[in-house]
Amino acid sequence: MVLARSEVTGRQGRARRARGTATRLALMALPLAFFALFFAYPVAAIVGRGLKDGGRWQLGRAGEVLSDPDVLHVLWFTVWQAAASTGLTLLIALPGAYVFARFEFPGKKLLRSVVAVPFVLPTVVVGSAFLALVGRGGVLDDLWGVRLDTSVWAILLAHVFFNYAVVVRTVSGLWGQLDPRQEEAARVLGASRWGAWRRVTLPALGPAVAAAALMVFLFTFTSFGVVQILGGPTFSTLEVEIYRQTADFLDLPTAAVLTLLQFAAVLALLALHAWTVRRREAALTLVDPAQTVRRPRGAGQWALLWGTLVVIVLLLVVPLAVLIERSFAGPDGYGFTFYRALQSAASMDSTFAVAPLNALWNSLAYGAAATLIALVVGGLAAAALTKRGGRLVRGFDALLMLPLGVSAVTVGFGFLITLDEPPLDLRSSWWLVPLAQALVGVPFVVRTMLPVLRAVDERLREAAAVLGASPWRVWREVDLPLVRRALLVAAGFAFAVSLGEFGATVFIARPDNPTLPVAVARLLGRAGELNYGQAMALSTILMVVCAGALLALERIRTDQSGEF
Amino acid sequence: MAEHADPADEALLRLDGVTVRFRTGQPPALDAVGLSVAAQEIVCVLGPSGSGKSTLLRVVAGLQAADAGRVFLEGRDQSGVPTHRRGVGLMFQDHQLFPQRDVGGNVAFGLRMRGASRAEQERTVAELLDLVGLPGAQRRAVAALSGGEQQRVALARALAPRPRLLMLDEPLGQLDRGLRERLVVELRRVFGELGTTVLAVTHDQGEAFALADRVVVMQEGRIAQSGTPLEVWQRPATEFVARFLGFDNVVEATVRGGAADTPWGKAPVPDGTPDGPCRLLVRPAGVGITAAADGLPCTVAARTFRGTHVALLLQPDTGPQVEAACALRDAPQDGESVGVTFAAEDVVVLNR
Repeated sequence: MVLARSEVTGRQGRARRARGTATRLALMALPLAFFALFFAYPVAAIVGRGLKDGGRWQLGRAGEVLSDPDVLHVLWFTVWQAAASTGLTLLIALPGAYVFARFEFPGKKLLRSVVAVPFVLPTVVVGSAFLALVGRGGVLDDLWGVRLDTSVWAILLAHVFFNYAVVVRTVSGLWGQLDPRQEEAARVLGASRWGAWRRVTLPALGPAVAAAALMVFLFTFTSFGVVQILGGPTFSTLEVEIYRQTADFLDLPTAAVLTLLQFAAVLALLALHAWTVRRREAALTLVDPAQTVRRPRGAGQWALLWGTLVVIVLLLVVPLAVLIERSFAGPDGYGFTFYRALQSAASMDSTFAVAPLNALWNSLAYGAAATLIALVVGGLAAAALTKRGGRLVRGFDALLMLPLGVSAVTVGFGFLITLDEPPLDLRSSWWLVPLAQALVGVPFVVRTMLPVLRAVDERLREAAAVLGASPWRVWREVDLPLVRRALLVAAGFAFAVSLGEFGATVFIARPDNPTLPVAVARLLGRAGELNYGQAMALSTILMVVCAGALLALERIRTDQSGEF
Repeated sequence: MAEHADPADEALLRLDGVTVRFRTGQPPALDAVGLSVAAQEIVCVLGPSGSGKSTLLRVVAGLQAADAGRVFLEGRDQSGVPTHRRGVGLMFQDHQLFPQRDVGGNVAFGLRMRGASRAEQERTVAELLDLVGLPGAQRRAVAALSGGEQQRVALARALAPRPRLLMLDEPLGQLDRGLRERLVVELRRVFGELGTTVLAVTHDQGEAFALADRVVVMQEGRIAQSGTPLEVWQRPATEFVARFLGFDNVVEATVRGGAADTPWGKAPVPDGTPDGPCRLLVRPAGVGITAAADGLPCTVAARTFRGTHVALLLQPDTGPQVEAACALRDAPQDGESVGVTFAAEDVVVLNR
């Protein structure tokens, strides 16, 4: 009797676990299908085309390419500069994250948006802006005769410029919600200020810092536009090399091998990341960030705030200011010449069938659609990953990060050669561009939401369940309100990267429907002061649009945090 | 084999051989626990931390799956019934109020889940906040509440959907003494008014005795004793229960012909005690102090003022120390020589 009974309940226990797995798989289904169709398939197809010759695999090519000293040099430089850029960005941005998380000061919202602007600028524009700042005849050259464009410093600084926001926004979101009393408890137990931070706050921030560092590393590892312009003939990353082999030399086999090499490196990196994060993550006590911010007190805190402001101005604002200055510096002195030229298709020769300004509306519509896709796909994925689980879940987690590490050039080219026949003929579909852009948005959504979702105390969910909330209601009533902020931050990121996406979009955007970055690149590619000036003007518009969108987002955040 | 709902089954809650094992190879958190709670009964599970009390509540709520055994609510087997359909209430040890909702939003949560109308929600919330002594607190933020207030809100939230069984995990654990004593009285009043069936767990015997109709003492995942507070207090079933309640006069003894041989000499035992070796408890209240010549000669080793009485630690010439409780005016001084006698009604033969 007793035996029979325990058998019954044992079976029911298994049934419940099986139901949990089934729910998780159902949540994963859409993201998996999305990635299989719009990522794995195009990338696999183009790599296959490169490595197959006359229906036979040409694996000997791989050995040849990999033993080429030039390729090894490129690989070494790619790793080296990515590590240096990541370290430098963390060093400069972590104090900034603290300032944004804990201090209240006038103009904070505006500054938050300013910080995010560089991240969404097309890489080509940033390269040009830095060239204008630190290159030959640049501002620093004029003033003090300083030139950095021959050294690796220009690349590193441009990378910090790009990724400052990644660290600040990812880390400060969580930091602002950490209970300061945890640190106070450590201080009372005899820890120094630094010791308390290192032993209490840093471990709690660990997952967020690791996530941010990984993102920065991936971006800089696959850096394209910046290195293309500032690297000159001396410095080249794998991504630049893939582009050269694909577009300049039409050497698809070499490009395919390099794509696989980059892919393997990214896989190794993601495995390392998964391992470090797994050791660190823990449920945290989260509080309303409004309770933790206060005005800076004492000379040290004021110095920190001012130091951060100086860094932001020198590193982020000055290159942007140079960009704006160029957009107004017309042939007859300062004026709106370049902006007026943007409104007519006539001023352009065959480059555009429509006025360049149309690119603005295209970009906004594409960006909104891509954000929607990224939120749905990424949100489902994050919900499925909330409960830590076995190998299946960890693999899924890593899979979601892959698009950040795979060459955008490869993805874009892959879209062109795979999604052009029934049943998936998207060649003429408007959705092709948002789908490609959403690929890079999804990892942001997942990475931003997951730490917060996992930090929600499991017993809060249990309390809701005991009060009669079904699992779906629990998610809506407990998780959603707590992650709403994270969701908005994620939406902002997804929108921003969609607006700025260049590598894949340049291959698939139709000539009569360019996005802003594509239009900028086309203008920059043409000779003449008018084209250059229009590129600067269009970049400035892109910057203003992003700043406006981000500022609006900040406003929503405050309105909703009133509920807390 | 399968047991269906049995209308003759009067217990509101019945646990049948419930076993929970967190790790194979380690002793189970719950070991074949059987327990019944009648409708409107207040049962308090008492035990040290790690005895499986909280796991017991989680199994009943469906938050923890049992590895063996079953849970019945109103005679119905709850296997496979998810938490949100069990219709039980659980008040967490640290309250777990929803930080993003105000007091009213927290209390109304369970009603909303049941689809109650807005008017009904507002009425019930107001009633319950009155009941727990926080009238008009609907719009207050939970972060601004004191520990005692949070505790009351948690109670109101658990009560609002009228659960058929209310479970409390260390309900008064974090409160100061004065508040606890007031709240115990209030809780009994509230439960009485509402006719609530309650299963509470605590490690605090004072709380358990004050709150419960029946006390269940747990030890390492098993039930060591179950009875009214008076029964458990006067007749601890095992040495574990006796020591957990704070009784330390436990010695090895041999019963022969209505008296026991102990290290302290002869002691009387209750009528009908079978002969043979046993463990024996003498409750401190049953230790009488006389002149040194009239009992077991002892020296007063320590003397602690306890407000209503004085606790004495007495050292006999041979054998372990004896604890005694006596009135303030009868209490001997430190180092004084006294005699000790034992009263039969306070001698308890413990189960092995």
